[in-house]
Amino acid sequence: MKTDDEIGEEPAPFGVPVMAEPHAELELSPDAEPVARSQWQLFRRRFFRHKAAVLAGTVLLFLFVVCFGAGWFAFYDKNHQDLLLGPTAPSKEHWFGTDQLGRDTLTEVLYAGQISLKIGLAVAFISTAVGAVVGAIAGFVGKWIDQLLMRTTDLFLVVPAIAVLAIALKRFGQSDDTIILVLAGLGWMYMARIVRGQVLSIKEKEFVEAARAAGASGPRIVVRHLLPNCLGPIVVNLTLGIAAAIVTESTLSFLGFGVTPPSTSWGNMLSSAEGNYSINAHLLYFPGLMILLTVLCVNFLGDGLRDAFDPQAKH
Amino acid sequence: MLTYCLRRLLYSIPVLLVASFLLFGFVRSTFDPTSRLRASRDPSVVQAERDRLGLNDPLVVQYGSWLKDAVSGDLGVSSRTNEDVSSMLWRAMGKTLQLIVIGAFVSAFIAVGVGVFSAVRQQSVPDYLITGLSYVGVAMPPFWFGLIAIQVFGVQLGWFKFVGLHSGDSTAYDVDYLKHLVLPVATLCVQIVASWSRYERASMLDALGADYVRTARAKGVPRYKVIFKHALRNALIPLVTVMALDIGALFGGLIITEQIFSIGGMGRLFLDALLQGDVYVLEAWMIVVAALIILFNLFADVIYGILDPRIRLS
Amino acid sequence: MTVSATPSILKRSIDGTTLTEPTAIELEPDPSAQWSGALLEVRDLTVNFETDDGIVRAVDSVSFDVHENETLGIVGESGSGKSVTSMAVLGLLPRSAKISGSVKLKGRELIGLRESEMRAIRGKAIAMVFQDALASLNPVLRVGDQIAEAITVHEKKVPDKEIKRRVIELLDLVGIPNPVERAEQYPHEYSGGMRQRAMIAMSIANDPEVLIADEPTTALDVTIQAQVLEVFERIQTRTRSSIILITHDLGVVAGVSDRVLVMYAGRQVEMTSVDELFYNPRHPYARGLLASLPRVDGRRDERLNRIIGQPPSLIFLPQGCAFHPRCDDARLPAPCATQRPELRDIGNGHVSACHFAEELPTLSTTDLAATDAAETDAAAPEADG
Repeated sequence: MKTDDEIGEEPAPFGVPVMAEPHAELELSPDAEPVARSQWQLFRRRFFRHKAAVLAGTVLLFLFVVCFGAGWFAFYDKNHQDLLLGPTAPSKEHWFGTDQLGRDTLTEVLYAGQISLKIGLAVAFISTAVGAVVGAIAGFVGKWIDQLLMRTTDLFLVVPAIAVLAIALKRFGQSDDTIILVLAGLGWMYMARIVRGQVLSIKEKEFVEAARAAGASGPRIVVRHLLPNCLGPIVVNLTLGIAAAIVTESTLSFLGFGVTPPSTSWGNMLSSAEGNYSINAHLLYFPGLMILLTVLCVNFLGDGLRDAFDPQAKH
Repeated sequence: MLTYCLRRLLYSIPVLLVASFLLFGFVRSTFDPTSRLRASRDPSVVQAERDRLGLNDPLVVQYGSWLKDAVSGDLGVSSRTNEDVSSMLWRAMGKTLQLIVIGAFVSAFIAVGVGVFSAVRQQSVPDYLITGLSYVGVAMPPFWFGLIAIQVFGVQLGWFKFVGLHSGDSTAYDVDYLKHLVLPVATLCVQIVASWSRYERASMLDALGADYVRTARAKGVPRYKVIFKHALRNALIPLVTVMALDIGALFGGLIITEQIFSIGGMGRLFLDALLQGDVYVLEAWMIVVAALIILFNLFADVIYGILDPRIRLS
Repeated sequence: MTVSATPSILKRSIDGTTLTEPTAIELEPDPSAQWSGALLEVRDLTVNFETDDGIVRAVDSVSFDVHENETLGIVGESGSGKSVTSMAVLGLLPRSAKISGSVKLKGRELIGLRESEMRAIRGKAIAMVFQDALASLNPVLRVGDQIAEAITVHEKKVPDKEIKRRVIELLDLVGIPNPVERAEQYPHEYSGGMRQRAMIAMSIANDPEVLIADEPTTALDVTIQAQVLEVFERIQTRTRSSIILITHDLGVVAGVSDRVLVMYAGRQVEMTSVDELFYNPRHPYARGLLASLPRVDGRRDERLNRIIGQPPSLIFLPQGCAFHPRCDDARLPAPCATQRPELRDIGNGHVSACHFAEELPTLSTTDLAATDAAETDAAAPEADG
């Protein structure tokens, strides 16, 4: 699935004058800011300047709270059926309407969100952790490990990921945990490639040369110098990984290879809503809107984090 | 230029071989081609079939004989329909290529147009609108877009058709065909158009801020020429790289699109085969799709070489 | 070689916000001064950029004349506003730049011209050579085509053959061997010095009256630098163009310019003939620049003089004279830290913006030797400013 890491921040405007970057000058000029700020303070200031990211973060937090706290917030019990009621459009009693079995869609959407968010987060964290370690080793050690990683990831450029995932899920089963492992098992390579690239470029930097010249050991250089400097891309891609995993899971579930009933996620809610086009359009809208909202917020958050980590970066 | 293409082609052969071997092994170890005989309860029948298909040989041997047949055009027989796999693929491929080729071109044109417009009118209202839409486009699951599009434009407004590529038994490429084509192509493209146009906007802004654009302006070159001759030529180069990387995703999107719009192409073929464990179809499908993606990548490389003399001449 | 005073500059107050009335200056009438007929007249040119952090005054009330066949050097550190000045003259600044003042080409006002009118001037009457030739040439177009474009933009109905002939002639003029084959090549196939020559060929394609060269030699090896500077001299003898040479390298200025304008923090601090500047600089900043030049015949253990501190942020300029925090001769607090010095004539058209221009000590013999070295360098510059 596509993540939006290829979108750069705003490049300089048309016909930029030959002039120092004002922000940089401000922060460096001893007259302007007598107190040296820590990295963390700078990071925080830049992040909170990014209003969309702050808003997105707030919305995401809200989504997490209502989904995982569905037991307290939802007006109805999970899977509470009202067969006599049947499918209804959104109303005062049922804000998102009800489905064929008379279940409250809002309640179902919140509970389904638990599964979708859980899978998204778990996949992103596992694949980031594995990818960061492998990428750092490949970039730092090089040689055959690097070759192996690069050639394996090359292979995945020639087959549609969704097809491989579908086969893998068909083979290993479709429980939540299996879905997480399969998605993470194929998702870490993307992360590894990014960290590898980052490590390769930092490896050439002077401060690493200096550490090496001073006799620092390999692991020490990785832990003290390389990983901290990769933190930005790792965190940013972690957020993008959450978005990608949520969309991938929903797509697979929609096709019938992901989460299967009785367990529900936003993807398979849409799968069961398909075919009811004319009568119950609302069943189609709400789970999809939840995916859209989540992914949108995660992407904005990622943008904000990227700008905060590296305001000069061009992608 | 020719040697450059040949080099790319030669490099892709080992990638294809390794990929096909791994996929072959993966599929073989997942599905059992003799599963439909299990009902017979006679182990000797299953055993005879396994011998006939060579399933007791080591994987490498199986792959070798499969590859030998595949190169000569024999991709085996579907364990589901007993039909020749190659003719099944051939039939599906026609529909799929229509979607992919039209989709790729439509996406590229819209993305470049929108990206250039957005970059030139940077920070105007239309630019903000486009940027906002592209955020939504990137974040939206394509299959959901397809479902909504059917609901709104197919069912409620009735503007477009949403089952198959033709009405009834018609095979004509007429207005009816176009009406069938709009929604699937839109579903296939929505995400890549959004992401490509954002990418093109960024690289166009880079190009417009570049020193060579300043030079062109200092020469007195008119604005439209600065944009289209000087900036755009350069801004297309990074986009082509991204396009090549996304072709795989385009084939992935095909699976979803064909499923939603009931189009009997490669995507549907894959889903049916997967659901029914049709080993030979899956194996052949994987290899053919991998080869196609490599081919499209090669095509992208050629365009890349045409656009960038630094690549072409090195 | 017209060394002229620019009295018109001095008649006006440089900045309305100054604390005191500018000192009235009596000028000796200079019969050779043809300031009214100057090819390019720049008056009170001011450029502001609005940024999130405040207004950046990149150029502050800069005034100068450029006469026919004259070379004016503009010297300053990066960020001193010299490049922005030249971009403002050509109207190449982004819309976010607020420009005020006047730029007249043969009496015709350029500030406020419509884009289409300005386009007719760019590359035709005023052309520009940029610093980084690799970045400034379009990587995907042939060098010959890029030069040809400079011609066809301004002359519509020239036959292709004629254009090709002129392109090759231009490449030949700037000293590119095998011009016929070279015209068919792309910028990445050229060496650094050749690219800069191609840039120059492109800029002189329409025999411009004013040629602005922005750090044309900075990115080049010293031997190549000398060759490129020689190309400028050759062009000037041929076309009688006026050249504005923007550089931070005093060695380059010494070799090529007739007059020199020194800029600091967006302001003009000194302007005079090149000889006068090197032998009798009347602004501490210019003196500092000269003293920091390495000497070929200097003792090896001798330390180079340098200007202490950093150039100021354009958003937070020091009060009074912008240079005073780095100035050895500053009298603090008043007047240097309180009162902004006016640009004034201190005799013979030598203009300085220092409160104590007349009182500054003359350069010591050591310093003078340094400037001699700098001048020797001009032929084959070794001093990297």
